[in-house]
Amino acid sequence: MTGRERQDRRAAIAFVAPAVVVLAALTAGPALWVFWLSLRERLPVFGVDRLTGLGHYAFLATDARFWSAFRVTIIFTIASVALELVLGLGVALALRGQRVGRRSALSLLLLAWALPGVVTARVFEWLYYPAGGFVNVILGAPLNWLGSPTLALPALIVADVWRTMPFVALFCYARLLTIPAAVYEAAAVDGASRSATFRFVTLPLLGPVLLVTLLFRTLDALRAFDLMFVLTGGGPAGMTETLTVYAYRSLFQTLRLGFGSAIGVVVFLLVMLVAAAYLRVLRRQDATA
Amino acid sequence: MRRRPLAADVAVLALLTLYAVPFLWQLLTSFKPEAELLRVPPLWPSRLTLEHYGVVFAQSAMPRALANSLAVGVLTTLLGCALGVPAAYAMATLRVPGAGALMLGIVASTAFPQIATVSPLYLVMRGLGLRDTWAALVLADASFALPFVIWLMTRFMREIPRELSEAAALDGAGRWLTLLKIHLPLTAPGLASVALLTFLFAWNEFLFAFTFTATEASRTVPVALALFPGVFEVPWGDIAAASILASVPPVLIVVLLQRWLVRGLLAGSLTE
Repeated sequence: MTGRERQDRRAAIAFVAPAVVVLAALTAGPALWVFWLSLRERLPVFGVDRLTGLGHYAFLATDARFWSAFRVTIIFTIASVALELVLGLGVALALRGQRVGRRSALSLLLLAWALPGVVTARVFEWLYYPAGGFVNVILGAPLNWLGSPTLALPALIVADVWRTMPFVALFCYARLLTIPAAVYEAAAVDGASRSATFRFVTLPLLGPVLLVTLLFRTLDALRAFDLMFVLTGGGPAGMTETLTVYAYRSLFQTLRLGFGSAIGVVVFLLVMLVAAAYLRVLRRQDATA
Repeated sequence: MRRRPLAADVAVLALLTLYAVPFLWQLLTSFKPEAELLRVPPLWPSRLTLEHYGVVFAQSAMPRALANSLAVGVLTTLLGCALGVPAAYAMATLRVPGAGALMLGIVASTAFPQIATVSPLYLVMRGLGLRDTWAALVLADASFALPFVIWLMTRFMREIPRELSEAAALDGAGRWLTLLKIHLPLTAPGLASVALLTFLFAWNEFLFAFTFTATEASRTVPVALALFPGVFEVPWGDIAAASILASVPPVLIVVLLQRWLVRGLLAGSLTE
């Protein structure tokens, strides 16, 4: 190594060091520490702090509440993401030819996405209010949306779709704008119908974006917390309790840091599984690009 | 493609306005007289009033929460950029030892769920004596946003031609000077997007804020809104007014700074 190279190296380290230290202390450190915490029984209120090994996981394996939360998380994720993708694609297609008021259109669309999740929760709580809420007034039916075991989860999913669909729409819209008009002209010359053009031209070109958006949204849906915590609090009777809400309640309401961490680790593993798939897709795209 | 008729454009705008109705309803509710809140139909009230905003400003924790959120948002953005920009500069232009593994770690950590890191972070903040302070939120939020900042800024800085920094080096400019005089100005639009997204994240963030705060001294807007008190009945009008206040920065960003918001969002995820 020459003197110049050594100097370069030192400079590079100096530039990244502060960020690396902070990430190590407050991101990577906690991400490893939570695994260790999940192997302990830690009840700060009673001064308990001892090792239990895989005890929490063994308990979770037979814990009905855990499996209910697991089920709710998966249903919430699949339903929300599927609806967002279909609606988002539809909105993107509708927006593609927009010439007038494009900025206003994007403002109206992105508004729902940019709001704090807690605001969305408060907005929908009021919309769903049984006696005099907007939804029931429009439907002319006295439904107890958030209090009914069958309606609460769909109602929650609708609120989540409202807030996150714009993200999908924006991505698809941005990709649509990059498809050259010549592609469509060629399809028209070949006598392709509208549906054939969509199926054989637009959809394949959108494929990679849809895939990336799908994985991005899946990650966020698995991690979602604020909306359900504030809107339904996991109720009624645990029908909307996701793994994140169960973890939070265990951590900071029943104050079982070890047990709650074990649920957090499960969310972590689920998310990393999806993230690994995302990285593979990215790499394959880079390889083909 | 064929040009589509103006009517179609108007129809799309009308549909998107309908899409915004949940928020617009909250906006209208915030100006409705108390007595007419639950008396619907009619949807439009007999008169508009500021009484709910009066209550929120005079009797709730919102004013303090707005100040806390503004401070936490600005400080998080500054800290995130101060740490992330030099790191991105090094990743993009210098030979950082272990750069590949570091970048993989950074990208992977953008996927970390907050619910998994919140319990160790809680112990860290308690250990440092930072519970119920701005510092706890700024540290937690900035470290959460930092991987995004580094990742995006590295991408933006890689687009700057090498010749420019080499020319600067020949002129005797040190690396800090090159970063300040060449890379920062050339990536300024990208940095604006990154800063905007960081601020928006910190403004909206709930889980850390709910966990690390205990009193009005540090509670941010989402926490104050989640805990908005109702004694006997839910004060829908006051909650609506508080929600609207909580939405002011996001709305301004979407309407006035849309270009930067969209650019940051797309750059963060699209593989161009």
